[in-house]
Amino acid sequence: MIRYVVRRLLLLIPILFGVAFLIFFIMELSPGDPATKILGIEAPPEAKEQLREQLGLNDPFFVRFFNYIKDIVVHLDFGISWRTKNPVFQDILPRIPISLTLASFGIIFATLFGIPLGVISAVKQNTIGDNTLRVVATILVAVPTFLLAMLLILGFSSGLGWLPASGASSLISYILPVITCGGPYGCAILRITRSTMLEEIRQDYVRTAKAKGVPVNVVTYKHALKNALLPVVTTIGQNFGAILGGSVVAESVFSLPGIGSLVILGIRSKDTPTVIASVLLISIFFAIIMLIVDLLYAFIDPRIKAKYAKGNQ
Amino acid sequence: MKTFLFGKKPTADELIEVESQGLSRSKEIWMRLMRDKSSMISLGVIVILVLVAIFANLLINKSLVTEQNVAERIQGPSAKHWFGTDLYGRDIFARVVYGSRISLSIGIFTVIISTTIGGLLGAVAAYYGGVTDSIIMRITDVFLAIPEQLLAMTVVAALGATPLSVIAALSVAVIPNRTRLVRSAVLGIVDSQYVEAARAVGMKSQGIILKEIIPNTLGPIIVVSTQGIASIILTVSSLSYLGVGIQPPTPEWGSIIFEAREFLRIAPYMILLPGLVIVLTALAFNLVGDGLRDALDPRLKD
Amino acid sequence: MSVELLKVENLEVIYKTTQETVQAVNKISFTLNKGETLGLVGETGAGKTTTALAIMQLLPKTGKILAGSITFDGRNLLELSDEEMRLRIRGEKIAMIFQDPMTALNPVMTVGEQIAEAIRYHSENIKEDEIQKRVDEVLEMVGIQASRKYEYPHQFSGGMKQRVVIAIALSCEPDLLIADEPTTALDVTIQAQVLAMMGELRDRLGTAMVMITHDLGVVAQICDKVAVMYAGELIEKGTLEDIYVSKDHHPYTDGLFGALPNLVKGTDRLAPIVGLMPDPSKLPVGCNFQDRCPHCMDICKAKKPEVYMNRTHMIECYLFSNNESWRRDHGKQN
Repeated sequence: MIRYVVRRLLLLIPILFGVAFLIFFIMELSPGDPATKILGIEAPPEAKEQLREQLGLNDPFFVRFFNYIKDIVVHLDFGISWRTKNPVFQDILPRIPISLTLASFGIIFATLFGIPLGVISAVKQNTIGDNTLRVVATILVAVPTFLLAMLLILGFSSGLGWLPASGASSLISYILPVITCGGPYGCAILRITRSTMLEEIRQDYVRTAKAKGVPVNVVTYKHALKNALLPVVTTIGQNFGAILGGSVVAESVFSLPGIGSLVILGIRSKDTPTVIASVLLISIFFAIIMLIVDLLYAFIDPRIKAKYAKGNQ
Repeated sequence: MKTFLFGKKPTADELIEVESQGLSRSKEIWMRLMRDKSSMISLGVIVILVLVAIFANLLINKSLVTEQNVAERIQGPSAKHWFGTDLYGRDIFARVVYGSRISLSIGIFTVIISTTIGGLLGAVAAYYGGVTDSIIMRITDVFLAIPEQLLAMTVVAALGATPLSVIAALSVAVIPNRTRLVRSAVLGIVDSQYVEAARAVGMKSQGIILKEIIPNTLGPIIVVSTQGIASIILTVSSLSYLGVGIQPPTPEWGSIIFEAREFLRIAPYMILLPGLVIVLTALAFNLVGDGLRDALDPRLKD
Repeated sequence: MSVELLKVENLEVIYKTTQETVQAVNKISFTLNKGETLGLVGETGAGKTTTALAIMQLLPKTGKILAGSITFDGRNLLELSDEEMRLRIRGEKIAMIFQDPMTALNPVMTVGEQIAEAIRYHSENIKEDEIQKRVDEVLEMVGIQASRKYEYPHQFSGGMKQRVVIAIALSCEPDLLIADEPTTALDVTIQAQVLAMMGELRDRLGTAMVMITHDLGVVAQICDKVAVMYAGELIEKGTLEDIYVSKDHHPYTDGLFGALPNLVKGTDRLAPIVGLMPDPSKLPVGCNFQDRCPHCMDICKAKKPEVYMNRTHMIECYLFSNNESWRRDHGKQN
């Protein structure tokens, strides 16, 4: 089992390498001269040429890429931001805890919201409660994140005056952003939990449990839900990218100084090093979460644990 | 032979009769779809939307989109301006109507491009297997390691915020997903027992591909593509709202809301009404997708 | 002196969906004494499983018990609430095992825990170590090492899985075990093993059993009494001798025996019963077997056949109306 974990961690490295390459390559396609962007159009050509030499911008693509990776791995140096003129890493570092908080609470909220409601919805199939939940979930998934954010602000911030609409001053200011990120995500979880539970309730082992005299609650939670969790966890993993996308929007609307809003700043100011570094870091985080989700399977389903232990994938 | 186009909702008995007659599958699927009220309504909404988008210039004067009228700025919905006016005095309804062209065309183009390329890659990977499969899937994995919206943003960052680059960006973000989908669908079928049965009876490869593989892969592809349009429309509006998509003054729905963002408390209609249109559009596509999924495989229903 | 344990009287069960109503079980009656084994025989769709589920009150939402009574140990089960059924009856007094061992067990729970559950939810104050001791006992009883209780179902073969299922069923030493085709999904050799084990346990624990099967060989091996079901009705009942030795039979029963391959005589074709069981939502007037019966008479198509008895042997067929040894059973008028 441990061997499997180690192997997966090692496999992560070439993928992240590929990700870095991909991002680097895409940004390579952007037109324009970096030196001009940094120094401005009016700067004298000699200064620009000097800067190009200094930054190694005249080297061929692969050399630049290799140097970039080397700088990251050896010095943790992600380059200099063209916008702030600071080392990119310095710009990013204070933003990491904010984004992490947002993303983690987002997942927790979505899971605590989606799974229990999904179970209830399945158990009370076709009742008013179930149908209401389904309608709400279906609609919520169709609402773009920024609109949801604005509606929440309208309702809870200016309307009721309960919650702040911006800044990361305290944990309370995270409430609306977390609901924004986690809400639609939670609805997806609700729907998949409901449909998987409905399937599991029809399975033979549930009939066996009832025939044994096991109380209904235990049948629902201990038997059916435990089996239903596997596809649910799969969906949580698959849709996790959406929460990261949503967090970028949430950070912008709620003025949270996280990595997501840095990406937007970077794109709008054409600050390539910042964009590359931010997207790379977010992708690393994403990959680690996916690995954790994958490992979670083993804890939920002993058949998968056996497969992992044997060394298959 | 009765034709059910937009006639009465078929009853269960009629459905069973059609099934037992062994009619073509598409007719069967269409009939099942017709029984789903929400799908039919959504389909109607989409048809209206598409017609409005295509014939926008016949319905509403194009100049209204950009015509500024300072005297009439920031007015709520009225008989003259159904959605009210924005901060420049432009008629919001006109802008939303023309915006539908942008959203729908980006959605449809992206889906066509990504499904074609992604589908081809997935089918090739599944069909040839071996090294080809490995290479394609490893590359796909790298793309999938970047969250979809971020990948789109990066491409837009590189290519600039124009409609064409947005289509390219979204296609790049969506293709890997389709590759994986088609690959697993094809793999699932190639190994299945009814292909084995077809081979045992002596069907040739071409026949198998045409009669067994394609019809069975089309199903999930159609469902995913339909819901994909909804997701793409939402993503485009998000990107535009963030300023990394379609830029103002082009009346893309997200960009309309972006321009109105400061007026959330003062004049919420400027945000809520275009927002409602976005939600209804995405909802319609999602519901049709759900309906198609249920129609294609009724066993999946509750 | 045999003590009556289970008495089913005029049981009627329907399945009702928005599209149609299906008559699954139509006025069946039988009794079972303590320690006896009843073989409930019939084709797929005859209503055997429905009868069993009705006894356990585990019918799906679409199933309804229209009429009749099910008396177990003096109590009418149909009058008990669902909670009373769960607490007192299911698993504890009446246990049921199902056909497919592959899917009958929860894949993400250890085998030991699944057995422990059966015990735990029936005794209020039982201690955990006592439960575990019982789990070990029960596993040994079905021939599985107690140390395997920490393993998961997928680690067991089909036959072993069914043993686990039996272990779960017998863990509370129920008075009645209902076994719905327990060996159908198993290989023939495993089938023999499992059946032998069931018979042994039945003898040791004194459990009464209802063995639902379509396999006449299984019935011969393990049953004391036989009841033959067709299209929701009991068309023949009797002791093992009545059914296997006597020459008088309902034409359907004759057909069942006739369809069996003969070990001694060679033959070119097997002799199946022609036709299919009638659609349970559109049952015919008169005898259900009329379309397939080689002895069908006009009266069979007009009125439901009457029930004729010869001591312990009961047959529902007009063929016996003129036979002296057979008297009409007035208690069972249709």
